[in-house]
Amino acid sequence: MSRSVGESGGCGLLFILNFVSFSSGFCWANSVERKIYIPLNKTAPCVRLLNATHQIGCQSSMSGDTGVIHVVEKEQDLKWVLTDGPHPPYMVLLEGELFTRELMLQLKGSSRISGLAVAISKPSPAQGFSPGLKCPNDGFGVYSNNYGPQYAHCNWTVWNPLGNGLAYEDFNFPIFLLEDANETQVIKQCYQDHNLPQNGSVPEYPLCAMQLFAHMHAVTNTVTCMRRSSLQTAFSLNPEEVCDALSDYNVWSTLKPINTSSKIDPMDEVIIVATRIDSHSFFWNVAPGAESAVASFVTHLAAAEALHKVPDVQKLPRNIMFTFFQGETFDYIGSSRMVYDMQMDKFPIRLDNIHSFLELSQVALRNSSVLWVHTDPVSRRNESIQPQVMKLSLLSMGANVTLQEVSQSQPLPPSSFQRFLRAKQIPGVVLADHRTSFQNRYYQSMYDTAENILMKYPEGLSPEETLDYVTDTAKSLAEVATVVARALYQLAGGTGNTSAIQADPRMVSRMLYGFLIKTNNSWFQSIIKQDLKGLLGDELPQHYIAVTTLVNTTQLVQYVLANLTGTVVNFTKEECLNPEKTPNPEKEMYVYTWVQGSRDPNSTSRVPFCVQSTVHLTKAASPAFELKQWGSTEYSTWTESRWKDIRARIFLVASKELEIITLVVGIAILILSLLATYFINAKAHVLFSSPGDGGAVAY
Amino acid sequence: MTAAVFIGCSFIAFGPALALCVCTIAAEPLRLLFLIAGGFFWLVSLLLSSLVWFIAVQIGGSNNASVKKNLLIFGVMVSVLLQEVFRFAYYKLLKKANKGLMTISQEETLPISVRQLSYVSGLGFGIMSGVFSLVNILTDSLGPGTVGIYGDSPQYFLSSAFMTLAIVLLHIFWGIVFFDACEKKKWWALALVILSHLLVSGVTFQNPQYEGSLVPSYIIMMLMATWAFFTAGGSLRNLKLCLMCRDKDFLLANQRPR
Repeated sequence: MSRSVGESGGCGLLFILNFVSFSSGFCWANSVERKIYIPLNKTAPCVRLLNATHQIGCQSSMSGDTGVIHVVEKEQDLKWVLTDGPHPPYMVLLEGELFTRELMLQLKGSSRISGLAVAISKPSPAQGFSPGLKCPNDGFGVYSNNYGPQYAHCNWTVWNPLGNGLAYEDFNFPIFLLEDANETQVIKQCYQDHNLPQNGSVPEYPLCAMQLFAHMHAVTNTVTCMRRSSLQTAFSLNPEEVCDALSDYNVWSTLKPINTSSKIDPMDEVIIVATRIDSHSFFWNVAPGAESAVASFVTHLAAAEALHKVPDVQKLPRNIMFTFFQGETFDYIGSSRMVYDMQMDKFPIRLDNIHSFLELSQVALRNSSVLWVHTDPVSRRNESIQPQVMKLSLLSMGANVTLQEVSQSQPLPPSSFQRFLRAKQIPGVVLADHRTSFQNRYYQSMYDTAENILMKYPEGLSPEETLDYVTDTAKSLAEVATVVARALYQLAGGTGNTSAIQADPRMVSRMLYGFLIKTNNSWFQSIIKQDLKGLLGDELPQHYIAVTTLVNTTQLVQYVLANLTGTVVNFTKEECLNPEKTPNPEKEMYVYTWVQGSRDPNSTSRVPFCVQSTVHLTKAASPAFELKQWGSTEYSTWTESRWKDIRARIFLVASKELEIITLVVGIAILILSLLATYFINAKAHVLFSSPGDGGAVAY
Repeated sequence: MTAAVFIGCSFIAFGPALALCVCTIAAEPLRLLFLIAGGFFWLVSLLLSSLVWFIAVQIGGSNNASVKKNLLIFGVMVSVLLQEVFRFAYYKLLKKANKGLMTISQEETLPISVRQLSYVSGLGFGIMSGVFSLVNILTDSLGPGTVGIYGDSPQYFLSSAFMTLAIVLLHIFWGIVFFDACEKKKWWALALVILSHLLVSGVTFQNPQYEGSLVPSYIIMMLMATWAFFTAGGSLRNLKLCLMCRDKDFLLANQRPR
């Protein structure tokens, strides 16, 4: 009995049962597996996304792709992988600085690559990095061959000049991001121990290898995968869908409460304020989106809070709708759906009710305190639109922010406003920190983090102190929020003094901390519902739309908006959770949320309370999926493939010769033993007969 | 390390056992029954020894590496003793079963001799022991990786397969000698069998120095093989006769019908 008795006792029985089906995964982390593999836990894969015509992203084989590791730290190292190395296929470990389009296209064409692992580069690459397109959301905005053809396809201004379009390429090998520097060091150590060529000679087996599992089920485009999924759901008892549409919810709220069950009066005018709340990067669920989304919607939330504090807002002639669109990164999912709902009369507000539109695009990287006002040159030619736009531009008096107009013939940057313009000519502006192309050098990449918007905290602060510390970024964004709030007040017909309208920098700083550094902080904990503890996490927050409904970002924006713009009412828990029980016509206009409140400093229990607000959620799923027009060029058709298993691990591989030797030895022993047994069996009556019983042995 | 290593290692470890089953057991249903029952008895002994080890770990249980190693040694020794106890129990059961079979059958002679039973039960014990030793390792040998990233020897799979081969054959020889010793009340032979079993198990604690464990195990296996051969009725004279193909003459000389 060998020494593995204790280890194999319990697992061994299970393995007997599963022997034929070779299912080795049942006893997770059994001791032999622990000897062989080192799993890589802090990784992010690149997954496959599909639209009406193309597939983008990465794919691996069904049972993972294996390759000998090679670390590429400079361009010359690539030669070993592409031509010189004697043990293809290789699994490349790439430094973040080298993750460029030229290198990737070289790798894409080679058959000697079985996968790629990118080590995130700290600090961010100095020359900028953006895997998005040079012309984001091209073809789904307002400019086309029929409307401003000279502005279509970024002919006039290239908005994202650093964009290399990597995220929109199709790779046939898996690409993973290594987020933890310790794991990258483990891989490099394994490479140095086993794979380095010694003085020009070939490295010998066993070699260090890596295996990446990221098999995607969907292929070709959305039309194909949705057709296959619908066939599965229609005809199979156990449907195996292959892809899901990217969808979530938009968050909106009005300054004056409206009855959402019916349409508002056609004479009522509404000003829409809009921002996007999502972002994207090359890798799945890595989307810090600091400058591209978070700074904008935090400013928007601060402006909403500032406006609600003004005493006479309920008497303003026009209403203001604060809208947070989800999915704008993927061809305007949220805004196209809202416009569609308004056109189909499924939304309380109609397109005719919209008086004007104000959008906050990227606003965090202003240089010399200028905020640029972008307008649509095509609709400006319409006389009725002009005066309102000019009014917005003149409202910068007496603030630390200078509003300046961009050149009159420049088109709008990519914004949700373009979807509204597609449906109806509405006066509107887009506020941004860039005059022509983006100031953001990391647009839609994994480097668009708090460092990108210059959020710096002093050393040695506790999490609570960090939450309340007011950074310079927060002060700058609060100034923008103040200007926006004052402009909205005047646009909505307010006649009072606007100097009292101020956004709170402390609140802006808390929101920035919560949405960019850690969602699990005391303020967020106090404003969410009780049974949603899983919403708050300790890792860096990501803002990807995903396919599950109500991602964390949407829910948090909903609760923060309710907290900042709502009022605390003195209801019991019963009344708050069931407002329809107590009859009161006012109740139909509001939404009541029972939040868990902050912790008493002396005790460990919380003091919950009821918040009355006008925050609503509407579905943000592309109309293409409602209308089942999966090949639509009118609406977004982005879907995400499904997959079963995504993981990565490293181990040593032995040479083919050793394996063949083992096989040959085994077969030899089998044949030898068969021959010997046959021989002994045939002669057994002779071999095992003792002289006494002479053959009567019953064999 | 992929399918080649998986197939190679399984053939190395279970090739002889497979050959023995195919050639000697498969044709006779009674032998098959006793083989499977033997395997079952070994399983029960493993279950009990696992229980003992588990309780010992819970009682002794600390994170001290030397304490763990001592507990493992204790567990292995207990397991060896329990296996031999169950071998004895199987022997007793088989004697009773044979007696019972004789009373209900019409024949005068035993349907299966004790010598055959010893061989079959040894084979049953051996196969079950081999399977439990190696299946865990075989399943991991199917994957693309080999042992070694933490500095262990890359010959892990091969050594385990050869060790299992030795164990399987050793169980057969132990079975033959054991039953014969029980029949003839040779208690010193019994003690020697148990001692050699303990020795082989103890020697595996030399791993990962595989020379230290494989070489002694194979030496003991050769010794046990010759002992079992002589116990089963073989002799040098018979061996010479077979090898020089004079067995036909031998039979004719004895004039017994075949």
